[in-house]
Amino acid sequence: MTADTYLAPKRLDEALEALRGGEATILAGGTDLMVQSQSGKTPIGPKLVNIRRIAGLAGVVRADGEIHIGALTTIAELLEHELVRTHLPSLAEACDHFASSQIRNAGTLGGNVCNASPAGDTLVPLLALGASVELAAKPDAAVTTRAMPLGEFIVGPGKTQRKPAELLTAIRIPVPAAGGVQRFFKFGTRPALDIAAISLGLVTVKEGGVLRHVRLALGAVAPVPMRGVRAESMLEGRRLDPALIEAAAAAARDEVRPISDVRASDWYRRELVRNMVKRMLTDVSQS
Amino acid sequence: MSAKVEIGFNLNGAQRTVEVPREMSTLDMLREVIGLTGTKYACGEGECGACTIIVDGRSVNACLMFAPDCDGRSVTTVEGVVDTPLGERLRDAFVQAGAVQCGFCTPGMMVQAKHLIDMHDGKLGREAIKRGIEGNLCRCTGYVKIVDAIAAAAQPKG
Ligand SMILES: Cc1cc2nc3c(=O)[nH]c(=O)nc-3n(C[C@H](O)[C@H](O)[C@H](O)COP(=O)(O)OP(=O)(O)OC[C@H]3O[C@@H](n4cnc5c(N)ncnc54)[C@H](O)[C@@H]3O)c2cc1C
Ligand code: FES
Ligand code: FES
Repeated sequence: MTADTYLAPKRLDEALEALRGGEATILAGGTDLMVQSQSGKTPIGPKLVNIRRIAGLAGVVRADGEIHIGALTTIAELLEHELVRTHLPSLAEACDHFASSQIRNAGTLGGNVCNASPAGDTLVPLLALGASVELAAKPDAAVTTRAMPLGEFIVGPGKTQRKPAELLTAIRIPVPAAGGVQRFFKFGTRPALDIAAISLGLVTVKEGGVLRHVRLALGAVAPVPMRGVRAESMLEGRRLDPALIEAAAAAARDEVRPISDVRASDWYRRELVRNMVKRMLTDVSQS
Repeated sequence: MSAKVEIGFNLNGAQRTVEVPREMSTLDMLREVIGLTGTKYACGEGECGACTIIVDGRSVNACLMFAPDCDGRSVTTVEGVVDTPLGERLRDAFVQAGAVQCGFCTPGMMVQAKHLIDMHDGKLGREAIKRGIEGNLCRCTGYVKIVDAIAAAAQPKG
């Protein structure tokens, strides 16, 4: 029997070599992993690989029409970052309502995405913003990378398309059009440290009162964060008026697939979706 | 068999070297391995803030942090906070305001208060204090006195 090991590589290629063979558990901020490993939900594998020491995996930069967020960027760093505040206010809003100060200081964006909770707070704005994930591996001598849209990456509660030997290195978001509209809303029963009963993200452009490029994302209403595609297509190219808002809100209510749990019943979540979409669109129509 | 990891870090201003199991929390390391029991254990899952410590200038829940991740970092516990002028101001302010009843939440509150005061550079208002202690539960005093205490300590005495 071999002893379990702990590794804290400083370089990406070293980390990827450690992940080869697929027996590793990745540790970032640990805020999910500690709770899940102690409860037995996610047993730690023979290798525990702490990725926090890898150089160059944290930070937010703008390049080639995209905002590039390193996987190790913490929720607190996102909240404070000028690029995020200016271009991604819906993501900043989600970070502001995330857990508590202590957890925002420890938890990373990469961890939130890889944990793939149906109620993960950053996933809804990221989906509405058209984010994609960047994955790296080192199957042999060379490092390989691939990217895919966030909506494809997350496949079920806690399940992603990440292969065991892959590391999520970054989230990439196309810089939203100037003058665009962004909204995020999380409904819980307490103001802090609460898991969302539902959350909504809306990203669109209002051109002379007409909505374009409408993207509506909904959280905690299906096994994965989802787009409200029927509501989106009703809104696309249209001018908001009370009848349209009512119809789009009803469409969103009818396309979500919530469960009943301790936080809310299926019916209540659907009604929340309708009311909150209505409120959000009314607010956008007046802005 | 769980591997032991040897780590070295700065604890309250002094360099420490310890051996810890790789899955141990920083809270267990502080209390059980090092014997600093000011940092409290209550929920063990990030909900209550009794275990708040400062790592490299940011407050975190010691119960959620893997102890090996302390390697090479700078860790401040309540024992390190009370040894400073701000720590003394905080202690006096908590006593003056009557912000302590059973006292169990107090170490975590004081460490989080230090983090907030450090981050706000002399301009810490009541709203920011309330938002800042959202992750610290108190079952006794009802928060108003705690907010009063932190607000008082945040005013540098001339
Ligand atoms: C009390 C409490 C309150 C919380 N409140 C909220 C909340 O309000 N909203 C919310 O969305 N979440 C919340 N969370 C969940 C958690 O804090 C977040 O999901 C956080 O972003 C996780 O990041 P981390 O760095 O701590 O991840 P870790 O715990 O280190 O990792 C999480 C998972 O992702 C994997 N992983 C991490 N980084 C990578 C990577 N780069 N590549 C591949 N795999 C990786 C790990 O192996 C692990 O399975 C809460 C947790 C607690 C304990
Ligand atoms: S013991 Fe760490 S937050 Fe409660
Ligand atoms: S004084 Fe008792 S928990 Fe706060």
